[in-house]
This record gives sequence, structure tokens and C-alpha cells, in this order.
Amino acid sequence: MTNAVTARATPAPRYNEAVVRKFIIATIFWSVVAFALGCYIAAELCWPALNLDQAWLNFGRLRPVHTSAAIFAFGGSALMGSSLFVVQRTCRARLWGGEALANFVFWGYQFFIVMAALSYVLGYSQGKEYAEPEWHLDLWLTLVWVCYLLIFVGTLLKREEPHIYVANWFYLAFIVTIAMLHVVNNAAVPASFFMAKSYSVYAGVQDALIQWWYGHNAVGFFLTAGFLGMVYYFIPKAANRPVYSYRLSIIHFWSLIFMYIWAGPHHLHYTALPDWAQTLGMAFSIMLWMPSWGGMINGMMTLSGAWDKLRTDPGLRFSVTAVGFYGMATFEGPVMSVRQVNSLSHYTDWGIGHVHSGTLGWVSFITFGMLYYIVPVLWKQRDVYSKKLVAWHFWIGTLGIVFYITSMWVSGITQGLMWRAYDKQGFLQYSFVESVVAVHPFEVVRLIGGLMFLAGALIMVYNLVQTMRGATEKTSAAFAAQAAE
Amino acid sequence: MPTDIEKDEISGQYTTGHEWDGLHELNTPLPKWWLYTFYLCIAVAMAMFVLLPSIPWVHSYWHGTLGYSSRKVAMAEYAKMESLHADASRKIAAMSLADIRKDPALLETALTAGRITFANNCQPCHGAGGQGRPGFPNLADDVWLWGGKLSDIQTTVTHGIRSSDPDTRYSAMPTFGDDILTAQQIQQVADFVWVNFYGHAEPGVDTAPGAKIFADNCAACHGDKGQGGRDFGAPPLASHVHLYSESRDTIVAQVTKPRLGVMPNWGAKLDPATLKSVVLYVHSLGGGEE
Repeated sequence: MTNAVTARATPAPRYNEAVVRKFIIATIFWSVVAFALGCYIAAELCWPALNLDQAWLNFGRLRPVHTSAAIFAFGGSALMGSSLFVVQRTCRARLWGGEALANFVFWGYQFFIVMAALSYVLGYSQGKEYAEPEWHLDLWLTLVWVCYLLIFVGTLLKREEPHIYVANWFYLAFIVTIAMLHVVNNAAVPASFFMAKSYSVYAGVQDALIQWWYGHNAVGFFLTAGFLGMVYYFIPKAANRPVYSYRLSIIHFWSLIFMYIWAGPHHLHYTALPDWAQTLGMAFSIMLWMPSWGGMINGMMTLSGAWDKLRTDPGLRFSVTAVGFYGMATFEGPVMSVRQVNSLSHYTDWGIGHVHSGTLGWVSFITFGMLYYIVPVLWKQRDVYSKKLVAWHFWIGTLGIVFYITSMWVSGITQGLMWRAYDKQGFLQYSFVESVVAVHPFEVVRLIGGLMFLAGALIMVYNLVQTMRGATEKTSAAFAAQAAE
Repeated sequence: MPTDIEKDEISGQYTTGHEWDGLHELNTPLPKWWLYTFYLCIAVAMAMFVLLPSIPWVHSYWHGTLGYSSRKVAMAEYAKMESLHADASRKIAAMSLADIRKDPALLETALTAGRITFANNCQPCHGAGGQGRPGFPNLADDVWLWGGKLSDIQTTVTHGIRSSDPDTRYSAMPTFGDDILTAQQIQQVADFVWVNFYGHAEPGVDTAPGAKIFADNCAACHGDKGQGGRDFGAPPLASHVHLYSESRDTIVAQVTKPRLGVMPNWGAKLDPATLKSVVLYVHSLGGGEE
């Protein structure tokens, strides 16, 4: 067992694994919260009466709770936990700053998440997508984030390895860029020091451009660069193979971070944003295609010579499938960024499907792969409790994603075509309400896909909790025997 | 310098000679297809910079050799769609509603325009096909609050109901629960309306006191037989078509504290041809009067 070898090869007491365990538990907890909320608001889109006439159950308030729970609570905890795990082991150094600072980052970040969620359901929002928290919470997050940066950089500086491992480049790019994006986009003047209300320092189209510079790079650096850090540690670890190409990792790292930062304006095609800025966003998105795929190639090709491991290690299946979804979403993205394609896809469910092939297929799956590897290591177990349940999780989750993405493609293209349809006399062919009625069946299919994904996550929770408790299951051995036949 | 460079037996590539927590890296060259596709994407992007509006400078920007402007493209598309019905729209704007109905081709165009205008502007309240919903009148039946002739509908649509338009249709049913009638009197008049107009037999209920209250307070607008009064937008209570719902409690609630519905003055938003089209469409739904 690779996991067991790793656990033995590196003496655990050297490292601060307590804070990593806390982040991993938070990741598992928030995954269920995020997915369950997603299912509820998906159901509200099918049957709006489910808001039960309560303001706090309204789609408009619950939607940012879902997105923040998925991106910042689930994704953020996974990134912070795994980065603090990887940086210690690949630097052969204990976390800089001591126990207390690491615990402050954990509890400070969880406090931010809970306060942000509460503020949304109570109706507080600065109306910026993925940056809804008001100014006082923004300041708090800045403090927590700077401490996280200090721990990470401090650990890199005191490393006992001569070189910095590639996973750490990606984690560092994520931490530094998110700090910059967060501070710039949230610049605001509070209405009063005793009120949550604030006003953005930007106005009109400048505000929109700053927001989507932030929004797109939250995808680029939070949901891409950070999780590529996971790819570079956990895939070669689980496959027990060297990384496919060091040269490719250098070229795709620098081209990725240089190009991503310019691509935001493609969210503002056909708006008041000047055409020249729209073209820049589109052109950089197209140039971004291969740098994105560099990460996919390095993840996939690392398995050459070890593909048989997919039969015996279902956790690795998650990681590899995640890289596949990453490749698909990063091809779809440049296509959708082209102005003429965007005129069909923008504002439709296609965008929702695109985001979820990224968040379910890529972000969640790479995280699940990480969890199935890291939990036995952190809790000093030989392996996960049940590989059979991992396989069940994999297939239910994958099928759920397929339901989700395909229904949103059909729904989105239906909406796009209905909105632009004119009759022979030049009148609109369909009203907006008619397009809502037309996509209702696909909204239901999307909900089914989401429920399957949630069911898979609940299986994972059971399996990981059993692993932490040290339970063993006969079927693990049976699974291995069956796979070996 | 890394000293422990090793050859990987499976791929035939050499490692970089570094090691982190048991992890190694191969020094595999960039895949050719990847590199050339990357170059191609850069070339495409450069071509976009030349052809399209792209690079900014202080007071202007590079407009691109194609002269592309997303605004120009959108406006040209809009103008093309407008041109397909421009003649018809001009005629509809100039002609009377009665004359438009005598011209079948023109009427068809008006009803097409009216349908989509209704669906995007009126349907959220009045329902698909004008079927109505609680608080929002059904427009497809022959019961009207303010009248069902073409001219009546045109006035309602143009000026709205209790809107900000100075010529808006306006009336206010008194708040009878506010010291005008006692709670008991409201119950009595509700009995009368429920039995005599709504037609529900309630053995043992004495409607005489309610009849007196109705005659004194309600009949002036709603008519002595509950036939309604279109001059005031007073609903015909004896119609079996009810704005809110068919329940006795609703009668009590409405008499105690009336809900005064509103409708926007669409004359401020729709151009004359579109407004007339939607009037003709509503008139065609089934309840239009001559």
C-alpha cells in the first residue's frame, strides 16, 4: 500500500497534522452542506413555492449561501488543508508560525464562512457575485488570509529541500492572487462604522469590469490553480509514478497565471464594456486553452505505466476523472468566450452547466480523490474503510454529473435559441415565460443529477468517518481480490 | 547540481534528479501537438487583435481592420427585424381600431405583435392567454370591470388603473371596516351577497338585514342587482366570476379592507402601433364587446 509506505517514510510528529485534520473534517462537513443547499435551490427553480413565502428561504438569498459553501467553505477548506499538508511534506519542514497561528487561520476562516452565510440569509449582500459579504467580513477575511499566506511562505522559506516542489508554486499562486483580487474588488466605503452597508469605490462599467476580473480569476486561481496543486501531489503519490514532465509544468504554470488574469472581460460581451476590452478578454481566453490543458496532460500522463492502479484504487479514479472534466471544462470555456458563441450561451443554463462541470467534475472529484488518500494517512489507517463504497460513490457521482451537465446543455441551448427566435414578420417568436416553461423538464433532470451527487457524498462521509474510527471491512480485501482476477 | 538523475524504465525518460517526499519528476520534452496548438491559439489571438477593436491607448483604441462594432451589429439586426413589419406598424399606428379589424392581413400582423407583447408584459399578472389569476382579472371571458369594447380596453391599457398617469382609471371602494359598518353588519352584508348574488343556499340565514345594508352602501356602485358598474370599475357581484376567490371569507375581507388593484399605464412604455396591437389581441381573446 502506497499510503502506508508514505505514512511510515515520514515521521508524523515533525509536522503539524492537527490543523490539517481540522481542515479535512471541515471539508467533509461543508461538502454535504454545499451539495444539499444546491439541491434545495435547484428544487426551488422547479417548484418556486418551495420558498414557503419565507424571505430567508428565497432563491436570491440561498443561492449565494450555496455558492459560498461550495467554493469557499468546501473548496477553501480542502485547499487550505491540503496545501498545509503538502507544503510541510515537500519542504520537510513544520509549519511556520506555530500551532496558535495555524489554529487562528482555521477558526478564523470557519468563523468567516458562518458569518457570511448568516449575513446572506438575513439579507445582507454587497451584490457582487462570489464576493457578497459586506465590508466588515471582508476585512476579517483579509486578516485571516494574510496569516495563511505568512504560514505558507514562512514554511517555504525554512524548507530543508533545495527546490520548491511544483505543487507549492500552484498553491502559492492561488494564495497570493486571491489576496490581490479580494482586496481590489472589495474596496468600498462603509455607510457608517456601525452599519453593514457599504458602497463600492467603483461605479458603472468599471465596477462590472473589476467584478469580473475578480470573478473569473476566482475561478482561475481558487478553483484552478489551487486544485492543480492537489493534482501535482496526490496523483503521483497515489499512482506511485514520477510527474510526467517538469518542463511542461514550468511552461503551463507561467502561461496559465499570465493569461488567466486578462480573461475576465469575456463575462461582459455585448454590454456597456468597450468592444476593445471584450476582444482582449476573448483573445486571452483562447490563448488560455493550451496552458490549461498542460495541467491535464501532466495529471493524465503521470499515470502512464500505472493505469492498472485504477482497478485497485478507486480513489485514484476520482483524481483522474477530475482531470478529464478539467480538460473538458477548459475547452468549453474558451469556446463560450468567443463573442458569437457567447451571444447564444450567455445568461442561459449553459453557463450553469459549464460551471458545474468544473465544480462537480473537477473541483469536487479532485477533492474526493485527495480525501480518500489523505484521511487514512492522517488518521494512521492502512487504507480507507471500504473500497467498494468508494466505487459506489464514484459511479453515482459520475452519473449525477452527466445528468447535470447534459440537462443544462439542452436547457441552455433551448433558452438561447428561443430568446433569439424571430418570426417572418420580425416579431419575437417566444416570450420569456414560454422559455421558462420549456426548460422545466430539464430543471427536474438537473435536480435528479444533483441529488445523485449528494447521495454519493453521503456515502463518502460514512466511509471516511468509519476510516477515522479505525473500522475495517472484509469487502476491501474482497474488492482487491476481485480486481486482481 | 542534481546528482541522482535516473532513467525511468517505463517511459525511457530521465528524472530531473530532485526528490520531494518520495516524488520525482521526469524531464519529458513538451508534447509537440500541445506546443503547436498553443502557437496556433496565440496566432489566432494576434489575428483578433489586428482585425477587431483591441489595444487601448490614452484617448482612443485600435478599431481593427474590419471596422467591427458589437453595437452596430446589434442595431443592424434590430433594424432588419423592424423593417419586416415597418409598413404594417405605420398603418396600425395611423388607422382606427375598427378599420384595422376590417383588413384581415393587417389584423393578423397586429394579433401576432399583440400576442408576444402581451406574453412579455401582461402575462406575468393576467396569465397565459389572459386566463387571469387571483387579484388579476380574466381577460378571456365576458365579465369586465371597466368595459370590454375596443375603446374601453384601449383606455385601460394606455392609462392604467390607479397609476401615475393623470388620466388613469381610478376608483376607491371605501374601507367599510373603518367605522362605517360594524363587524356584525359586514357579516350580514356578506350573507346577502353570498346567498343572493353568489347563489349559495344557506338555510336558516336571514338575508334581510344584509339586503338593507347593501342597498344603502353598495348598490350605488355595484348595482341593485349586483350587476356591477363599469363607470367605477365596480365588479359585477352576480356574475359568478370573482376577482379574488369564491369564498364568503373573501367577501368579508374585501368589505372590511378592500384591496385596490393597480395596473401600469402602458401608454408611457409601448409605441402606438404596439399598444393598439395588444388592445386588439386582448379584445380577440373571447370576451371582446362590440
